[in-house]
Parts: sequence; structure tokens; C-alpha cells
Amino acid sequence: MSTAPPTPPSPPTRTGPGYGPDDGEGPSSWKRLLRMARPRATRANAFAALLAIALGFAIATQVQQTDQSGLEQLREDELVRILDDVNQEQGRLANDTRELESSRDALLSGASSSSEALKSAQDRLDTLGILTGTSPATGPGIVVTINDPDHKVTSARLLDALQELRDAGAEAVQIGDVRVVASTWFADVDGAIEVSGQRVAQPYSIKAIGDPATMASAMDIPGGVTESVRGDGATPTVRQAESIDITALHSLQAPRYARPVPAPSK
Amino acid sequence: MIPLLGLIGGVLIGLLWGPDVPLVLQPYLPIAVIAALDAVFGAVRAVLDGIFNDKVFVVSFLANVVVAAFIVFLGDQLGVGSQLSTGVVVVLGVRIFSNVASIRRHLFRA
Repeated sequence: MSTAPPTPPSPPTRTGPGYGPDDGEGPSSWKRLLRMARPRATRANAFAALLAIALGFAIATQVQQTDQSGLEQLREDELVRILDDVNQEQGRLANDTRELESSRDALLSGASSSSEALKSAQDRLDTLGILTGTSPATGPGIVVTINDPDHKVTSARLLDALQELRDAGAEAVQIGDVRVVASTWFADVDGAIEVSGQRVAQPYSIKAIGDPATMASAMDIPGGVTESVRGDGATPTVRQAESIDITALHSLQAPRYARPVPAPSK
Repeated sequence: MIPLLGLIGGVLIGLLWGPDVPLVLQPYLPIAVIAALDAVFGAVRAVLDGIFNDKVFVVSFLANVVVAAFIVFLGDQLGVGSQLSTGVVVVLGVRIFSNVASIRRHLFRA
């Protein structure tokens, strides 16, 4: 420190340091304050500034510290109460965690089993669609063409051919533009053949999906379809193909009388 | 003026930096801050009384801080730390109030 401390600038108008209360001299007090506030390049002033910086820093730090924790200020019983609260909360949250985890597991397994169920239902739908004729089908098979310009072939002959194809394992059959299903019927109308009420154009074309070799040989057995048709005076041709598209569709009608029997609940 | 700027600057530094108070200092910092505030208000009052002295301010500031922290430290060692802290805060608070009252009388004549 300086050995000769800087004397505070004494007010020029007021002599003396002014000990004691200044009786009613507010304005001069303000002036004195302002005068002291003026920057003075002394070591003590710089030191005071340093202390002020430290004070401000300490205040801010302490305030932030108090904001952060606050637990240090509490008494023991309050701390015990808070600890109890935290323990209870922890137990409750652990319970919640268990419940949520179990429901999550249930949902996960449910999702996988429902996707399994969806897949099997889709498979079943595809199978039934082919069986009932509501879905187009494709696959290997044969095409039987019967050229019958003289209308010698009867509907009974076509029914025989269809039955023969079914015996040989035909899975989907289309005659002309008609998909053959369980309810398909045949009729002779005015020398032409109707299948399920729809006239079949010449030459008759029967597409069947199944094992081509088996069905072709079933057509060609002695006394079979080919021979009978030829005996009628028409010209049958059997062509095996790697891929046959059956595109005709059968439109389903809801049964009026038949009702499904409810499956016994497992 | 310079100390006031220093105070503001210190607050800003503390806010921006935001350091953790070391565990050793945690019981003493609040008391030290209040003691320093007491020294600051005392200094302002001294200015208005016309008896301000830089050296006295610096020494009283440091002495206040050290003594306040030491009292709390001693109280901690004796097992009465919290009570003694309260006592120090009360005493310093009373001093700050009286200093502020004196400043107020000087500045506002009220």
C-alpha cells in the first residue's frame, strides 16, 4: 500500500472532511458521491476495483450454486422426508417400468402373432379364391380345343371332359369365358352349348391348371374325351403349356339358406 | 465508478462462467459475500461522511471477509456452525441496515 494514502478530494466549497451528519446538505452529498466515483489512478482504487470484481463474482457464483442444489440449506428432518419421497417415487416408477415392459412385450408378441394370422389368412384367401373362382390363377396346365363346326359335341361331352380333368387333378378350369366352379352347369341350347347360362363360342376351349402330363394323358386314354369327341365328328387338340393364365372370374353370391356352423371355441 | 463497473463485471463473469463452488468453500462463501457487502455499504457511508479512505476500505473488506469466514469455520469445528452462521448474518444484516439508513439520510435527507 502507498505509505501516503491518497487523501479523498475534499470539496472545494466545504472545508474539512465533514465529520458528523451534514445537516440537510443533500445536493453536496450527491456531489461528493459523484466526485468519489470519478476514476482515480491509484493503487488502492485499482485494488478496490479488484475486490469489487471478486465480490460480484462471488455473489453470482453463490446465487447459481444455491439455484443448482438447494439441498445443503435443508435441515436433517427435511432431508429425511425428501429421501423418503424419493424412495417412494422410485418404487412407484419401478412398478410403472415393470408394467410398461410387460405390456410392451405383450404388444410385441401380439404384433408378431397378428402378422402371422394375417399371413395365414391371406394364404387361405388365395386358396379359396382359386377354389371358388374369384381370383385369377396361373400355372402349368393344358389347353383342350375342340373344333366342332357341325355342333356335334353335346354339353354332356364337355361335362365328361371337365370331370376327367378334375379326376386328373385340375385345380382351376375355364371353359370359353366361363370360370368353372362347383355350381357350374351345362346346357344344350339351339345346337350350341351354354355353360352357366353363357353361350360358349366355337371352337370350344378348355383351359385347366394342373399337372400337364397327367391331364393330357387323361384326355388321351382309350375311350376317353379325345376319342369320344373324335367319334362325335369334331376335332380335339390337347396342348400342354408351362404357363396358363385363367382370367375368367366367378362372382359369388351370398348363400340364402346355408349358414356356417360356428367353429367350436378352443 | 471503477469499483461499480468491477462489481457488474464480476457478476457477468460469474454468470457466464458459472463455476461450481468448491466443497471446502461452500459454507463460507455466503457469509463472506455478506461480510463484503457490509464493507461496501460501510465504504459508501464513509464517502458520504467524508472520511473515506481507500486503504481502510481495502483492509476492512478483506478483514470482514476473513473474519466472517473464520467465525463460521470455528462454529463448524465446535458443532454450532449453522447457529453461528445465523448469528453472523444477523449482525452483518443489522450493520448493513444501519449503514444504508445513514446513506439514505445523507442522500435524501430522510
